[in-house]
Amino acid sequence: MDDTAIHIENISKTFKLPHEKNNSLKSAVINFYKRDKGFERQKALNKISFDVKKGEFFGVVGRNGSGKSTLLKILAGIYSPDTGNVAVNGKLIPFIELGVGFSPELSGRDNVFLNGSLLGFSRKEMKEMYEDIVDFAEIRKFMDQKLKNYSSGMQVRLAFSIAIRAKSDILLLDEVLAVGDLDFQQKCYNYFNELKNQSKTIIFVTHDMSAVRRFCNKAIIIDGGQILKVGAPDDIARLYEKINLQSAGDRLNEENQESKTVKNKDREGNSWAVIEKVETFDTKTKKSSSLFLEGNDIGIRIFFKAKRHVDNPSLGYIFQDDQNRTVFATNNKVMNVKTKPLNEGDEIVIESQVKNIFTNGQYTITCAIESEDFSVIYDRREYVHKFLVGGHQLAHAITHPEHTFKVDTRQSNKS
Amino acid sequence: MLKRVFSKKNRVLLAELVRTDFKLRYQDSILGYAWSLLRPLFIFVILYIVFVKFLKVGAGTPHYAQYLLFGIVIWNFFAEMTLQSLGSIVGRGDLIRKIRIPRWIIVLSSSLSALINLFLNLIIITIFMIIGHVHPSNMIILFLPLLLEVYLFALGISFFLSAAFVKYRDVSYIWEICLQAGFYLTPILYPLSRITNVTFQKLMLLNPMAQALQDSRYVLITKRTIIPNHLFHGRWYEYVPFIIIGLVLVIGISYFKKESKFFGENI
Repeated sequence: MDDTAIHIENISKTFKLPHEKNNSLKSAVINFYKRDKGFERQKALNKISFDVKKGEFFGVVGRNGSGKSTLLKILAGIYSPDTGNVAVNGKLIPFIELGVGFSPELSGRDNVFLNGSLLGFSRKEMKEMYEDIVDFAEIRKFMDQKLKNYSSGMQVRLAFSIAIRAKSDILLLDEVLAVGDLDFQQKCYNYFNELKNQSKTIIFVTHDMSAVRRFCNKAIIIDGGQILKVGAPDDIARLYEKINLQSAGDRLNEENQESKTVKNKDREGNSWAVIEKVETFDTKTKKSSSLFLEGNDIGIRIFFKAKRHVDNPSLGYIFQDDQNRTVFATNNKVMNVKTKPLNEGDEIVIESQVKNIFTNGQYTITCAIESEDFSVIYDRREYVHKFLVGGHQLAHAITHPEHTFKVDTRQSNKS
Repeated sequence: MLKRVFSKKNRVLLAELVRTDFKLRYQDSILGYAWSLLRPLFIFVILYIVFVKFLKVGAGTPHYAQYLLFGIVIWNFFAEMTLQSLGSIVGRGDLIRKIRIPRWIIVLSSSLSALINLFLNLIIITIFMIIGHVHPSNMIILFLPLLLEVYLFALGISFFLSAAFVKYRDVSYIWEICLQAGFYLTPILYPLSRITNVTFQKLMLLNPMAQALQDSRYVLITKRTIIPNHLFHGRWYEYVPFIIIGLVLVIGISYFKKESKFFGENI
C-alpha cells in the first residue's frame, strides 16, 4: 500500500436505463408489478482492477462510451460501484471538470470564492490567492462582471487558474485540453510538467494520444467496460489508434457492401463488358480488408465480365485521396501485360499488389475496362471502393517510400 | 462523528453555499437585501387589515395581531424550508454530477437560508411586539428549544423530500398539497379556541407544528393560548409530537443516506 496511490479491485457498474424516464409515481406504481421490465441494463464497467502508483502520470484512454468517464466518476466518489473496492491513499481532488459550481448570475469574483470553497479553501486562503488567480487568468478588468457575460475561453481560463491552486496528492483530470486556444494549452502543458516534477499522482482521461505520449508514464485502455491493456503510454496510444482505425475500416467495409448493391451513379460506358466486383485484401493473409496499416501492402482484385465479344480490352485502376487527387494509376499496358479477346459471358480478373507508401487517410478506387486503344469505354466506375491507410507516425508527409537511414559519426581527433 | 460532519472544509463550503443562495435570491433587484425585511412587512400589513380589522377572527384573544403574525412567520419558515430543500438536490445537480461533496451539505445550506429569513422575520415581529406592548412571559427562553423543534421537524422532512424528489418529480406537487392542508389544519389564522370540539382540539395538537406554535405563543405573546399541557393533563400522548419528530428525522436521514449514493447517476 505504501507506494500505491489508488488501488482498484474488481469494480463493476451497471446502469439501469429506463425505456421511458421513470420519475413519476404513476410509472413507479405501474412498474412495481413488472419489476425491472421497464429497464435496460447497461454494463458500463465490468470487473476492472488496476493499481496506480504514487507519482505516476496515469493515462486513461478509450473510445466514446467505453466506460472511462464512469471509471473516473467512481474514483471521484460521484458514482458508487455495484461491486468491488476503491482504496485511495492520500488526498484526492475530485473535480471532474473545470468550473464546477460556476454560477452565471454571479460575478467572476464571487465565483472564484465559491469554486475555491468546493476545492476546500477557506475564504481567508482564497483572499490571499485571489490576486494570483486573476493575474494568471488575465481577466482582471472583468472580475466584477457577471460570469454569463464572459466568453467561454475566459470562463475556462478563470476555472483553470483556480483549479491549479488545489493542493492534493492525487488529481483527476478529464479532457481539460479539449478547450482553450494554443496559448492556453501551453499553460496547461506547463502545469502538467510542473505536477510531474512535483511527483503528484495524476489520472488523466483524454482522446489526445500526443498528450498521452508526452506526459504519461503509464496508461490504460478501456473498451466496452473492460481493460484491454495496461502498459507503456506508447503501446497504449498505438493500440488506441489501431482500434480507432479498425472501426473506421469496419465502417468502410459496410459502405463498400452498400455501394455494391446500390446502382452506382458515377458510372459510364457502353456495357460491352462490365465491372462486377472490386475488393481490397491483405496481401499476407489474403483476406478481404479495408484497412492497411504501415507495412501492410495493399491487394486489389477487380472482376470483369464480358456482355458480348470484345477484342483484347485494356484494364486499369487509380487511387484517389480524400481531396480527389490521383495518387496512383496503373493499367495493363504500362505493366506490359497482354489481355486476350473475350466472348460473351467470359470473366476476367485482375489481381494487383501495391506497396503501401501512402500516408494515413481514406482512399478510393476508380477502375475501367476499355478498348485496346482506350477509344471506347466499356465500363468505368468512379469511387467504387474505399480503403483506409493508417498507422504512419509522420503522417504529415504525403508519401512513405521504403528507404534506408545510416548514421556515421566521425569524431574529430582534437577531443 | 459530529466533528467529521462539521470539519473546517465542510463549514467553509456550507457558508459559501448559503452566501451564494442569498446573493442569487436578490440578484437584479434595486432594493436587494431590503426585500428580506420588506416582504414580511407588507404581508403582515395585508393580514392585519383582513383578519384583524375586517374579519375580527381573533376577537377575545389579546394581541391577536401579533399572535396571528407569529403563526404566519413560523409556518412560512416551515413551508419555505421544506420547499426549498425539496428542490435543492436536483437544483444543484451540476455539483452532484461533477464533484464529491457531502450531499447533506446542500440540504443543510438551503435550510440555513430559510433560517436566516426566519430571523429577519422575527426582527419584524419583535418590533410589532414592542409597538403593541406585548409582554412575553418569564419562560421566554423556552422559545429557543421550541424553534429547534420546528427546525428539526422541517429538517427530517427536507432530507426525505429532497431524496425522493430525485426519483419522483411528483413529490413537489404532493408536498404542496400537504402544505396547504397543513396550513388550515394548524391553528394559524384562527385561535384554537374557535374549535369547539375538545377531541378535535386534542387531535390537532398532536401535530408537531401546532404544538410548537401554541407553546411558542404561550411563552411569547399571551398565556391565553391553548397548549397541549393544559389539554392533555400530562398524559403520555402529550409526547406524541416529539415521537413524530424523532421518527421523521430517523426515517428522513436514513432514506437520504441510502439514496444519496445514487444521486450522481439519477439526477
